[in-house]
Amino acid sequence: MAAFTATVTVRLKSGVLDPEAETTQRALERLDFDLEDLRFADRYEIDLDAADGDAAAERAEAMAERLLANPTIHDYDVAIEAR
Amino acid sequence: MTVAVVRFGGSNCDRDAERALEHLGADAEIVWYEDGLPADTTGVVLPGGFSYGDYLRAGAMAARTPIVNEIAEAAADGVPVLGVCNGAQICAEAGLVPGAFTVNESARFQCEPVHLRVENADTPFTRAYDEGDVLELPIAHGEGRYEVRPDARDRIESEDRVLFRYCEPDGTVTEAANPNGSRENVAGVLGERASTAVLMPHPERAALPDLGGLDGQGILAGLTP
Repeated sequence: MAAFTATVTVRLKSGVLDPEAETTQRALERLDFDLEDLRFADRYEIDLDAADGDAAAERAEAMAERLLANPTIHDYDVAIEAR
Repeated sequence: MTVAVVRFGGSNCDRDAERALEHLGADAEIVWYEDGLPADTTGVVLPGGFSYGDYLRAGAMAARTPIVNEIAEAAADGVPVLGVCNGAQICAEAGLVPGAFTVNESARFQCEPVHLRVENADTPFTRAYDEGDVLELPIAHGEGRYEVRPDARDRIESEDRVLFRYCEPDGTVTEAANPNGSRENVAGVLGERASTAVLMPHPERAALPDLGGLDGQGILAGLTP
């Protein structure tokens, strides 16, 4: 077994309205910042032990499928690093 | 003959639902989620509230508790299951109904009366009405915007599984009558069976004579003998 950190990033699918991001963008603009667009994402850093990187990725993907992401509105990606 | 009103940590419409159901003649009982469904369960209500503080996403945590597997089995057997507000979010997160309820277009919590058009009167929860009838019920939610993938949207439309749409008092479905940006003004939707239903508005808050408005009684009647 080896130690890994799996980083799962969950973001809204393109085309799904994000009122919180729009509100945040407006607040930045009120502070006189110039920006084109703003998107939110949730990032989970998961420390785990696995036989290899593929096994770690597989487990993190299962976590995203079962709980961390909602397939109706979210896409996600998984990155694995040795810890 | 027990209608189980399932209480999670953070449920807050459980007593309202119990009282409204008792008023309508049901034998309702608040059931703590860890205790499982009573053996004689003849109906299930997932009430409103903020289970698990809406951590991760509204309803996400409660949807993954063991009692929800029991509720899914009961729903598959045809036991009437009604999810209201947070209960609707839980049912969507659990896959008991298609789609998801997410942040209101306004990005704000909204507490106001809305009008709903009955889209399908051939369910236990709408048999008191005719298709096209208009009900007035309160909403109280921050995450009520119904989102659904295009393939699932086509399916629920073709299978007549939209239960209610937000509408004007005369029943016209307009963008202005949509309080939260829900796709196609959907306010309530059915699961695989017509005996599994969810909605964001609160029928239990419009079911007692002293609280103004009785339009929710017909919905709760889907759970009474």
